[in-house]
Amino acid sequence: MTLSVSTTKSSRAAAGPRPGRRPARRNARRGVRRPGRRGYSLYLLPGLVLSCVVIVVPVIANVGLSFTSWPGVGNPEWIGTRNYQRLFQDEDFWASFRHTAAIVLAMAIVPTVLGLVLAAVLFDYVAKRFSSRSATLFRSALYVPQVLPVAVSGIVWSWLLLPDGAVNTLAKDIGLGGLARDWLGDPNSALPSVLGIMVWIQLGYPVVMFMAGLQRVNPELYEAAEMDGAGWWQRFRRITIHQVRPELYVVLATTTIAALKTFAQVFVLTRGGPGNATLVPSYFAYRSFFENADVGYGSAISSIMVVLILVVGAVFVRLQTRADQEGRR
Amino acid sequence: MTAVAGPPSTTAAVPETAPPAPAPPRRRRRGPVAYAVYVGLLVLVAVFLAPLLVIAINSFKSASDFAAHGPLALPHGWHLSTITRFWKQVDFGTKLLNSLEISAAVAVLGTALALLNSYAIGIGRVRGRAVFLVFFLMVNVVPQEGLVYPLYYMAKQVNLYDSKLAVIIIFTVIQSAFGTYLLSSVLAEFPAEIIEAAEIDGANSWRTLTRIVVPMSWPTLSVMFTFFFIWTWNEFFLPLVFLISNDNQTVPVGLAVLQGQHLMDVTATSASALLGVLPALLFFLVFQRTLTRGIAAGALK
Repeated sequence: MTLSVSTTKSSRAAAGPRPGRRPARRNARRGVRRPGRRGYSLYLLPGLVLSCVVIVVPVIANVGLSFTSWPGVGNPEWIGTRNYQRLFQDEDFWASFRHTAAIVLAMAIVPTVLGLVLAAVLFDYVAKRFSSRSATLFRSALYVPQVLPVAVSGIVWSWLLLPDGAVNTLAKDIGLGGLARDWLGDPNSALPSVLGIMVWIQLGYPVVMFMAGLQRVNPELYEAAEMDGAGWWQRFRRITIHQVRPELYVVLATTTIAALKTFAQVFVLTRGGPGNATLVPSYFAYRSFFENADVGYGSAISSIMVVLILVVGAVFVRLQTRADQEGRR
Repeated sequence: MTAVAGPPSTTAAVPETAPPAPAPPRRRRRGPVAYAVYVGLLVLVAVFLAPLLVIAINSFKSASDFAAHGPLALPHGWHLSTITRFWKQVDFGTKLLNSLEISAAVAVLGTALALLNSYAIGIGRVRGRAVFLVFFLMVNVVPQEGLVYPLYYMAKQVNLYDSKLAVIIIFTVIQSAFGTYLLSSVLAEFPAEIIEAAEIDGANSWRTLTRIVVPMSWPTLSVMFTFFFIWTWNEFFLPLVFLISNDNQTVPVGLAVLQGQHLMDVTATSASALLGVLPALLFFLVFQRTLTRGIAAGALK
């Protein structure tokens, strides 16, 4: 995620020296410091040892277990790739990954697009015609769902979506009683409801990120464009989107990875149901591990998740580096 | 959007966005369109926050009030009894303390561990630092589902299952991995002259760390501390697996497990949601500036 660190800095450098910075001097200093200092490796020791014990060893053990049949007690029995063969024929497995694709849409794509537009409206319209204070207040309000524990948001929404809950009551009160239904209990509406809730949870994050990115933009750029007759939409397309490109990568990377890990929402809202209507890989793995005592199978699912998420992470880092190099040219 | 902002074609945009006279840059023009945008945003925010408001008002209703008037009416008389009864029934105070203990411990330990890692990478510039950074990034990104069973098994072997300590250790590692990533790049910018001056004065590297680097990096460290605290507070998957007894559960886990048992009546459920929302809102109000500044820093520092 934070590979953006280097990215942003070099893209800034590519844009030319910024006021208040002294690149020449900094480079000289860097030159002096290039050789590593001695005796500092020791400080890495606790972090590396703990990471190995808590992360590396368990991940490797988990991959190992995915080639076994094991109820969690006794000795695991080696069964080769049978778990994976079984997975690829399991309708629940394919359903869970189809739902993940929809969740990427609801957690990454839709909030990013809406967030970009909202951030631009707040930054380039509300802040200028009203006050930057009101823009900040709108931003904070949209960010509120982001600070709630996801499980708690789930409780809030499952309460609102009860068959005789607030949403259905509201629908009846405004004469749309025909729309009322058991939102989370009906296989047709369960997934769309969960996706809608995800958009509600996620929207504030891109808004805050993009507004922070827009702070970097030289206001004269917008003023010059405005004087040249560029409308809001043109300024949005030609300036805003370009300027927040570093944030765009970070937002898409973090939200896509979060979407692949979705668990708490599904656990609280639907437990994957009704049937498998909202099943996701994470909950599928949890169920195999702790409800079905099918540890080998759960390990196979979660190993696939690990690989997928590391690949997605690597792709984003690669994309970012490439975009960065293009920017430097 | 085009309808609001004026179509991109210049001729049509003239009345709204392209005044013929050179306009002073900070002039505020508020036509009807501007007010329409503003009201639109107000409506959006109202709809956005309405769920929390509805939860709040229903938490103060008695069960009979709810049955008679439904979820959208204002309470006929504000009752605290639903909330207090729920609080006692689930021993919510214990859950708050558990969350507080775990989150604070992870925030302190995670920041400290990230500081040690980043000191070696950012200031010590140890060999292979780029590889270590990628390593820590991966440690942070790996899904918890891919570690949970071996960790669960290990914890049972060493008697750390259903113990807050296990959760604290795991999240210290996960959060510090992200912190390492953030802080290493900050410390790489640390003025070399100061480190060199300290070395010349005979300070060893530990002294340099505690007397110079820590005080000077305090703003970044406090942002990290805040984030680690809130992220850990909001965590769900691993605490759900590791903390099974009522006495050890965190706020999100306790509320979610209870909700799954379907033992509560309607107003009690809304009270439980409210009690989950309130601490988070409190943190948000207290740390709002740190949070919004830090989100940008986390991405771009």
